Amino acid sequence: MDAMKRYFRSPAAVIGLILLLLVIAMAISAGLLYPRDPLALAGRPLIWPFSNPRFLLGTDNSGRDIAAQIFYGARISLLIGGVATVIAILIGILVGAFAGYYGGWVDNVLMRITEAFQTLPNFVLLLVLVAVFGSTLTTVTIAVGVVSWPAPARLTRAEFLSLRNREFVQAGKTLGMKDVQLILGEILPNALPPVIVYASVVMAVSILLESALAFLRLSDPNVASWGNLIGLGRDVLRVQWYVSAIPGIAILVTVLGVSLVGQGLNDALNPRLKSR
Amino acid sequence: MRILSLAGRRLAASIPTLFLILIGVFLLLQLAPGDTVDALMAQMGGGDAATAEALRKFYGLDLSVPAQLGNYLWHLVRLDLGFSSIYGKPVATVILERLPPTILLMTASLSFAFFFGLVFGVIASRGVNRWPDTLISTLGLIFYATPSFWFGLMAIVVFSVYLQWLPPGGFEDIGTVQTGIWRVLDIAAHLVLPTLTLGLIFLAIYLRIMRASMLEVLNLDFVRTARAKGLDETHVITRHVLRNALLPMVTLIGLQAGTMLGGSVVVESVFSLPGLGRLAYESVVQRDLNTLLGIVFVSALLVIAVNFVVDLLYARLDPRIAAEG
Repeated sequence: MDAMKRYFRSPAAVIGLILLLLVIAMAISAGLLYPRDPLALAGRPLIWPFSNPRFLLGTDNSGRDIAAQIFYGARISLLIGGVATVIAILIGILVGAFAGYYGGWVDNVLMRITEAFQTLPNFVLLLVLVAVFGSTLTTVTIAVGVVSWPAPARLTRAEFLSLRNREFVQAGKTLGMKDVQLILGEILPNALPPVIVYASVVMAVSILLESALAFLRLSDPNVASWGNLIGLGRDVLRVQWYVSAIPGIAILVTVLGVSLVGQGLNDALNPRLKSR
Repeated sequence: MRILSLAGRRLAASIPTLFLILIGVFLLLQLAPGDTVDALMAQMGGGDAATAEALRKFYGLDLSVPAQLGNYLWHLVRLDLGFSSIYGKPVATVILERLPPTILLMTASLSFAFFFGLVFGVIASRGVNRWPDTLISTLGLIFYATPSFWFGLMAIVVFSVYLQWLPPGGFEDIGTVQTGIWRVLDIAAHLVLPTLTLGLIFLAIYLRIMRASMLEVLNLDFVRTARAKGLDETHVITRHVLRNALLPMVTLIGLQAGTMLGGSVVVESVFSLPGLGRLAYESVVQRDLNTLLGIVFVSALLVIAVNFVVDLLYARLDPRIAAEG
C-alpha cells in the first residue's frame, strides 16, 4: 500500500502509467473501432492526415488506413514486447539462479555462455536468428527474447550470491529442504523484485528491437506492425513523410510509457534510493 | 606494466568466449535453409544437380558438420574467413573494405554521446531537482525512447529535404572526385546525421549515469574536505569530483560497445553507408552465410578490443585497480 502511494506521488510515474494504459486501450479497442483487416485497401493512397474525415491519420502508399494500422500495431508491439520479455526473464532467472546458487564450475560454465551472448552484439545475433529461422511473428518474438536474457541473468545471479548464505537459507538447509525448494521457494521470492523492475527495461528494448527489425523488412510482413509501416513510408519520405512519422511517435510513446512505469516502480519499491 | 598484464589476462580470458560464439553461430547456421552453393546457383541462374554436387565438394560442404567446423576454425587461425560467393571475393577482403565507415561512425557517435552526456550530466547534477535537471532528465528519457531509425528518417526530412543543409545519405559525394581536406570535409558532412542518430540513445544513457554518479561522489567525504580547504566550486568539480565520477562512464563504454555495433546496422541502412552493419543486413537478405559468420567474428573481435582499451583506461583513471591486481 505504501509503495502504491509512493508510486502515485511521482508525476513521471503517473504520466508513464497513463501513456501505457492509452496504448493498451488502443490494442483492446482496435477490433471494435476498425473491424476490417488493417492491411486491406481502404481508399486512395497517400491521403494526408486530417484532410479526409474517413481516414483521420491518412492512408499509406497503397491506400491502407494508417489509423487502423496504428491501433492494430499496438497489439503487435505489446504482444512481442510482453512475450519476449517473459522469455528473456525466464531464461535469465533460470541461468542466474543456478549460477548464483551453485557457484563453482556451474557458475563458470553458465557465466562463460552469458559472456559469449554479451560479446556478440544483440542485433547481429538477432539477424543471424532471423536468417536461420525465418521471420514469422513467432520466430521473431522468440528471437528477441533469446537475445535479451543475459542482463536479467546477471542481475539474478548477483541477488542469489548475496542471498544464498543468509540465515533463512541456512535454516532451510538444516531443515533438510531440497535445492529446488530452496531456490524456488526461499531465495527466488526475495531475489525477484529488482528483476521484475528490470523487466521494464527488457520490454522497452524488445519493442525497439522488433521495430528496427520490421523497419529493415526482416520481421513478419503479414501483420500490421509500426516498424513495417515506417519501413514502407521510407519510400515516400521526401514528400509524404507523415507515413513514417506517425508510427514512430506511437513507438516513442509506448517505450516512454514502459520505461517511466519501470522507473516509478523502482522508486516506489526502493524508497531509500529515491533521494538520489 | 602491471596494468598491461592485468588487461592482458582479461584479453586471454576472452579467447574461449570468442570460440564459443563462433562454434555456436556456426552450428546455428547449419540449420539455415540453403547453403553457399544454393546462393551461388541462384546467382548463376540455376544449374543441374551434378554442378551443385561438384561445387559442394569444392567448398568442402559434402563433409560432416564437425569436419566442416574443424575446417572453418583451422582456416580462421590463419585469418582466412572463407569466400563470399555473392561478392566474388574473400570474406576478409569484403569485411575490411566495409570496416572504416563503421569504425568512423562508432568513434564519432561515442565521442558525441560521451562528451555531451558528461556535460549535461554535470549540469543536471549541479541543479538537481530544479528546472535544468528536470529539462535534461526529461529530454534524456525521450531520447532513450526514440527509435534510432525513425529519428534518422525525420532528420533526413528536416535537414536534407527541407533545409537542404546536409546530404541525405552515402559516405561521400561520388559525383565529384575530391582530394585532401575537401574529401575529409565531405565525409564529415555525410557523417553528421548518422552520428547524431546513432549517438542519441547513448547520450541519454550517459547523461543519466553521469548525473547519478556525480550526485554519489558529491556526497563523499573527500569532497567536503576539498571544500573545507577553501577550494572554489569549479576547482572542486573539475579536479576532485569529475575524475571519480567518470569511472562508471568508462565502464559503460565497454558494456555498450556491442549495442552500438548493433545500432550501426540500422543507422547504416537508413543513411546507406557502406559499412559493416549494412553488410550484415545485406548478407542476411542475400543469404550469404559465410559473410554473416565472418561479421559475427569481426564484431565479437571489435567488442573484445574495445573492452581491452577500456580496461587500460580504467586502470589509468583509478590506480587502485592496478595496485590490487
